Amino acid sequence: MASAIPPATSPDHSSKTYRVALIGNPNTGKSTLFNALAGMNVRTGNYPGVTIEKKIGRCRFGNHAVELVDLPGTYSLAPRSPDELVAVEVLTGGVANESPVDAIVCVVNATILQRNLFLVSQVLELGKPTILALNMVDAAGARGISIDVHELAKNLGIPVVATSASRRAGVEQLQEAIVKVLERGNAGTAAGNSASKRAHPVEAHDRPLPDGFYKTCEWLKSELIAKSCIDVGPTNDPTKASTVLPDEYLIQRMLLDRGGEAERRAVRRLGAAVLPSISAARERLNQEFGNSIDMECSSRYAWARRKLAGVLASESMTDRTLTDRIDSIITHRIGGLFIFVALMFLIFQFIYSWASIPMDAIDWMTSTISDTVKSSMAPGMLRSLITDGIIAGVGGVLIFVPQIALLFFFLGVLEDCGYMARAAFIVDRIMTVFGLSGKSFLPLMSSFACAVPGIMATRVIENRRDRIATIMVAPLMSCSARLPVYLLLIAAFFPPTRYLGGWLSLPGMVLMGMYAVGIVAAIPVAWILKKTLLRGEVAPFVLELPEYKLPSSRVIFQRVWEASEAFVIRAGTLIFAASILIWFAGYWPGDHSRQFEMQSQMESLPDDSAEYEAIAVDYKSESARLLESSLLGRIGHTIEPVVRPLGWDWKIGVGAIASFPAREVIIATLGTIYSLGGDVDESDEGLVGAMREARWADTGKPIYGPAVALSLMVFFALCAQCVSTLLVIKRETNSWIWPVISFTYMTVMAYVGALITFQIASRIL
Amino acid sequence: MTLLRLILIKKYEASVTTLDQLQPGQRAEIVRIDGFDAIASRLREMGFVPGQPIEFLRKAPLGDPLNCSVQGTRIAVRSGEARRVCIQTIG
Repeated sequence: MASAIPPATSPDHSSKTYRVALIGNPNTGKSTLFNALAGMNVRTGNYPGVTIEKKIGRCRFGNHAVELVDLPGTYSLAPRSPDELVAVEVLTGGVANESPVDAIVCVVNATILQRNLFLVSQVLELGKPTILALNMVDAAGARGISIDVHELAKNLGIPVVATSASRRAGVEQLQEAIVKVLERGNAGTAAGNSASKRAHPVEAHDRPLPDGFYKTCEWLKSELIAKSCIDVGPTNDPTKASTVLPDEYLIQRMLLDRGGEAERRAVRRLGAAVLPSISAARERLNQEFGNSIDMECSSRYAWARRKLAGVLASESMTDRTLTDRIDSIITHRIGGLFIFVALMFLIFQFIYSWASIPMDAIDWMTSTISDTVKSSMAPGMLRSLITDGIIAGVGGVLIFVPQIALLFFFLGVLEDCGYMARAAFIVDRIMTVFGLSGKSFLPLMSSFACAVPGIMATRVIENRRDRIATIMVAPLMSCSARLPVYLLLIAAFFPPTRYLGGWLSLPGMVLMGMYAVGIVAAIPVAWILKKTLLRGEVAPFVLELPEYKLPSSRVIFQRVWEASEAFVIRAGTLIFAASILIWFAGYWPGDHSRQFEMQSQMESLPDDSAEYEAIAVDYKSESARLLESSLLGRIGHTIEPVVRPLGWDWKIGVGAIASFPAREVIIATLGTIYSLGGDVDESDEGLVGAMREARWADTGKPIYGPAVALSLMVFFALCAQCVSTLLVIKRETNSWIWPVISFTYMTVMAYVGALITFQIASRIL
Repeated sequence: MTLLRLILIKKYEASVTTLDQLQPGQRAEIVRIDGFDAIASRLREMGFVPGQPIEFLRKAPLGDPLNCSVQGTRIAVRSGEARRVCIQTIG
């Protein structure tokens, strides 16, 4: 019996990790269910060569270790692109270096069961053990739909578990059902009878498509075997044909999808000789059924209706549902536009005003730590590294965590309650004017948080040209890493004047203006791209508008947590390393012994004595001299002529150049520069105070003012200062051309934009 | 006989129109989807199949796209795509 078990796959059942995949339509609550099943142990990655996100959760169901694979939401398993094919192959087990899945959990939305069964009928044809998670049963109940779970399970021939992922109801039962299916599959393997055979949950007499179709598939399969043997020549073992031959399901797709990815893959792998066979098989199909796409859809929906006979009972609900009533307000001809603009406006105002309390707390914490270090260490190189380099650099970035959390909170609420789809619906008409579509709205809106997930979210755009155009303008949306730069400069140079009874504040309006700069710049960029490099027909637009629901606090908490965590990790790694580098460049070369001596003298004297003041003046000029002669100072003076027309001094210039890897670095850099230069001490307000105090050496006039602040902010709004974004563009477009174009146009636009801003602003302000 | 057939066809054609021609709140039944490209397949997969009832709910604030109800879900399509959905008005 042991010999029946292939040694590589399962030497010991108790230690085997099972793979279970989750698949379902969009808006079925699949991700929420995934999180409920997987807990917090989730990692994300990418499948090689394609842009499908690989989301895997490791967990234990009973005594079994399970690797849970979340697949992107899809309406159908008819692969039209390499990405969609990978999703199918995760299920069929065709992905290189990955073991096939042991079971599939198909998540359906109970409120629209019939439409969801279309995908179920395809999943069942994969021939894998399948469990149906009937999600959102509570919502269905509220709409007067009652579902006979036992009857449905009997009709489909697979286990059905009613769940409500947002309330964590039915999750344990689903785990039990998965375990039961896995154990049954295991028993089958041990008996040695299903190792090679496909377990067909769909009974032969009730497969979704007509028998003639499956016969044609068999015919095509035998043709392919014959053809591929001829093609590969006599040296190849003919018994290996089955390893080259696609899965049975993919043979079906080859036949059904004209110009689909299954067909293209077959041509690539088996040679162009397979094309006449596919054509001949399609000809047979057409003679029997007319058009095959019509045949598939009609047959599958007919199958769904058969399976639901006696399962569904719904009270006739002729009156409008709540969603329809909300829609009549939110997508109202005038009210809808007003609500949209007001919502976007309020979000930016709230981010500015709500975050101040936690931000003050973080500020207090960093200055306390800095003081503690200073009081427990004598002045020296190590103390300079800790206080001037690390605390001034990393602390300056960490202070923005509350605002990033708030931004992701609002995005999460809008998406989870169903408003985002309406926003896409409302703005689609405007987006088409400059060549994008409503589907670009969510990626672009997400890019306000971070361009990396924003660019990844463009995967929902089916049309490649639309998708690339969206990717190219996404980095122009002001991401959360720009927020610290704006907030710092706004706090320093724009007083919190309030208008309209406190509802409008000057800082809030400047902030919104900076966000507007990116949006306004994106319009001509998208328009020009769609007229030149990405010319072509207008892409179609089909978008599901899900039911409104109360946002789930768990889903939102998870989003906020993940984003804040990522930001903190970035501050702790990339920004940390940059801070140390910048500190070193600003410290070396130079003899700091006189500076440290003055520092210890100052610390032993009372702050208000005349002696202290005298040394402090000396200390400042000595610190400034050291900084000017440092590596950083020399680089800065070399580039100063380039940045002078923007109104910047060499310190800002160095900051801007240092922040090309990641834009938050400018805060760390300026913090370190002013701290090294002796401009930051315990008595003033840190970096903000130092910037207000900064003066030109020749004229003695303040360096910063509203005009310089605006020029610097415009530069940051438009510049491609993010390595992660450029890398993700490379990955998502699978080409180096797009990141190069992106970097070039953005950098040029940033310089020109900042130049114009300063030249105009310095004359009016 | 020929005349009768002609009248019947005319009458049938009169009630067959495309989705973009409906008034908000009007219901109809899907007759067919024109074309066999990716977008036609997407419409079919999302439930636009012959025989299904469809209701045109409302237009977006700026006139396009259109929000319609098919198989219990709301699906937004632009009028360009709606033109490919042939329908027969009910009542």
